[in-house]
Amino acid sequence: MAGWRIRRDRMRAPAPSPATRAKSFGCRKGPAVLVRASDVGVRRGGRWIIRHVDLTVGRGQLIYLVGANGAGKSTCAKAMVGLLDIDEGAVERAPSLEIGYVPQRLTLNPTLPLTVRRLMTLTGRFPGRRIESALAAVGLQRLGDPPAATLSGGEFQRLLLARALIHRPDLLVLDEPAQGVDTAGAGVLLDLVQDIRRDLRCGVLLISHDLDAAVRTGDDVVVLVPHEHDGRAAGPDGPDAGAGRRASGRR
Amino acid sequence: MLDDFFIRALLAGIGLAMVTGPAGCFIVWRRLAYFGETIAHSALLGVAIAVLVNLHLVAGIFLTAVLVVLAMSYLERRDTLPTDTLLGLLSHGGLAVGLVLLSFFPNMRVDLQALLFGDILAVSRLDLAVIWGGGVFALGLLWWTWRPLLAATVSPDLAVVAGLRPQRAQLVFGILLAAVVAAAIKIVGVLLIVALLIIPSAAVRRFAASPEQMAAGAAAVGMTAVAGGLFASATFDTPSGPSIVVTALVLFVLTRLGRARSAGGAR
Repeated sequence: MAGWRIRRDRMRAPAPSPATRAKSFGCRKGPAVLVRASDVGVRRGGRWIIRHVDLTVGRGQLIYLVGANGAGKSTCAKAMVGLLDIDEGAVERAPSLEIGYVPQRLTLNPTLPLTVRRLMTLTGRFPGRRIESALAAVGLQRLGDPPAATLSGGEFQRLLLARALIHRPDLLVLDEPAQGVDTAGAGVLLDLVQDIRRDLRCGVLLISHDLDAAVRTGDDVVVLVPHEHDGRAAGPDGPDAGAGRRASGRR
Repeated sequence: MLDDFFIRALLAGIGLAMVTGPAGCFIVWRRLAYFGETIAHSALLGVAIAVLVNLHLVAGIFLTAVLVVLAMSYLERRDTLPTDTLLGLLSHGGLAVGLVLLSFFPNMRVDLQALLFGDILAVSRLDLAVIWGGGVFALGLLWWTWRPLLAATVSPDLAVVAGLRPQRAQLVFGILLAAVVAAAIKIVGVLLIVALLIIPSAAVRRFAASPEQMAAGAAAVGMTAVAGGLFASATFDTPSGPSIVVTALVLFVLTRLGRARSAGGAR
């Protein structure tokens, strides 16, 4: 079984600034928990996609989920919001938790005519004022109402963010929102997410490649590490393999 | 020319097009053309079952189609075979079993020609009531499940996270399709029903700015095709079901010509 080893230790910045330290101390005091995964594993086709993942997002927190391609970041995020059944561990969500989810990829079928404003009411009915303010929150208020398929990559990501925002989520889950967006666009997106977190006082789970930004701005960083780099993955995986992985993960 | 049977045919066709327009949009958006074919082909099995247990034909077709929808939704979750393989299995399996069953009743006169291509000029008052009753029921279902179904069409994940239960919406849509096929048997027949679902939606795509506009436009194009096809059928003495589909096809080609001239168009 070629599984993945999941390292759960908290990333430490090379030189944590006092601000970061204060922030992470604030977390430890414990904001209201929105979602908590304990020892979560997801297995598909006889192979663990993720295993032994612990992750907690509290109100007002920005938590990063970082890892290489194929480390199971999206799977982990989907398990957190309840899109996937987990095979091990537990995911607890606060009662009546409103979740805003921005998927990694969303391709619009060209035969389906959807304008920017129609997309905003895809999963719920909202008054025009609320649509405008959600679009304004991501800087798309002056766009008019063009077909959503004509937007640039960065604009479309912001539109998806606005669509998630309009639900006034307690928890915002963003699956690599900066993918396919240039560096400047990625910075804009990150700033937007920070503003939104402050305004809505929601928790944010942000999947990212950018370890640098994660360590700089996150309240906590969870790193998923592929098991293969271990060298032991090729061998038959006995019952102790999980325990061994867990021990090495705690290092 | 406007005899009573002609009026009944017209009303029946319009009642059907009113539902195939919006339902056909979802077929196009969700790429379900083969799914529609499968339900349509299962209709022959439905006829055989109706004959076996002495049911009304439309009821037999509807119930069999619902069974096929349920079987498909179960197999899709449980089986590793690709969707189109499963559909082919159900579609042609149903067709073959239906034909074999019917062969056991040599005395039963089942008009295959009418089943395959429709027999709209033989629409009775009861048929008319069934078509309009079923049509209104199907439109109501579609109205009720519109938002979840549309959200699931764009992204099942977004629909689930918003608590919209896309699985249920998809099942409701399958049952609605079963009703449409059962109602359509008289009008265009098993082999042509999918054309009445797909062509009107494809024709209006470039003129529609929203999903709702596209659904209404497809219904309008479908009704126009039914009316035009029936008049053509009466005028040129051509079979009614195929005439309706040819009219829809002509309307579609006209919209494409318009596109070429306006250089660009939608998208």
